[in-house]
Amino acid sequence: MENDSPSAVNLVDLDFMDARARLLDVASFLDRVERAGQMDDYRVDALLKAIPLLQNAGPDRAAEILLSLSDPSDEPIPEAHTKGAAGAFSGNS
Amino acid sequence: MKYIEPHAHMVSRTTADYEAMALAGCQVISEPAFWAGYDRSSEQGFHDYFSLLTGFEPQRAAKFGIKHFTWMCINPKESEDVGLANAVIDLIPEFLKCDNVLGIGEIGLNKNSRNELGVLERHIAVADEHDQLILVHTPHLEDKLKGTKLIIDALKNFPNIKPERVIIDHVEEHTVAPVKDAGFWAGMTLYPESKLTSRRAIDILEKFGTDKIWMNCACDWGVSEPLATPKAARMMAQRGHSEKMIEKVFFDNPRDFMAQSPKFEI
Ligand SMILES: [Zn+2]
Repeated sequence: MENDSPSAVNLVDLDFMDARARLLDVASFLDRVERAGQMDDYRVDALLKAIPLLQNAGPDRAAEILLSLSDPSDEPIPEAHTKGAAGAFSGNS
Repeated sequence: MKYIEPHAHMVSRTTADYEAMALAGCQVISEPAFWAGYDRSSEQGFHDYFSLLTGFEPQRAAKFGIKHFTWMCINPKESEDVGLANAVIDLIPEFLKCDNVLGIGEIGLNKNSRNELGVLERHIAVADEHDQLILVHTPHLEDKLKGTKLIIDALKNFPNIKPERVIIDHVEEHTVAPVKDAGFWAGMTLYPESKLTSRRAIDILEKFGTDKIWMNCACDWGVSEPLATPKAARMMAQRGHSEKMIEKVFFDNPRDFMAQSPKFEI
């Protein structure tokens, strides 16, 4: 830390229950989508590919997951046909 | 706690929001021009919007003891109609003379299209010509990484634009490093759903330090939280950060960036 260090706080006490709840939400989302037969959606595929990154060593898991969900191309697209973003890269930029 | 809200779209909010922000300690709001949720049909619509941002909105804020500053632009979401975008950009210099206008913003990219990039470059040229601060919007979700890189390259093509006079907003874990490494300020926008949360924003501060960075709520007409900024300050305290560091992030930093405009005063 370049500025100052926070005083010691038990971060597991602070946020474990929230992280647990979010993990269960991911699991039940996948269960729900599978029951509905919608697992072949590219966004679900992107999520499944991102999940193993949770097991990576080093404190960069959030950045690695964001990179895995990003459009990797460099060139501007010819024209915008929509204003929204989907949260995962469809393969067409 | 006194704080500055450096990015909020108050034209979409009620007086109850102003009151809540004032009670939470808000001293200053900066309001970039943005997309209204629908495409405006003519430059006259923008003229009226800019008049609202420079006339009525500061009066509304003043009733709650809050100073209101603003930024001028056409949002990247309205850049595919290049004729309209150019007509709107031509309106901007007149509004740059207004007392509460700090610069050009929030310009940037949305879907990373060629027309968006062209309109972004025209805005940067106006900022360059009129020596204005710049506030940049980066695209969301899967488009953010690519858009952030394109924006940094576009800004670097203007040798007179000093990076310390530009804030690149909506950074996340994968884009904060390129922004800070290039010498720009970084903004972190706190969203109640879907994007960066307070927890993650504080993680970014802990990893990348508290220099040249701010947090904002970017509240608008969508589901958003006008008190996200002071709530994040409270969470920083829970995480053991000192009052001095909290004041730096939520007051000193936005003041120092915006005070580069001679119009900014508290
Ligand atoms: Zn905004």
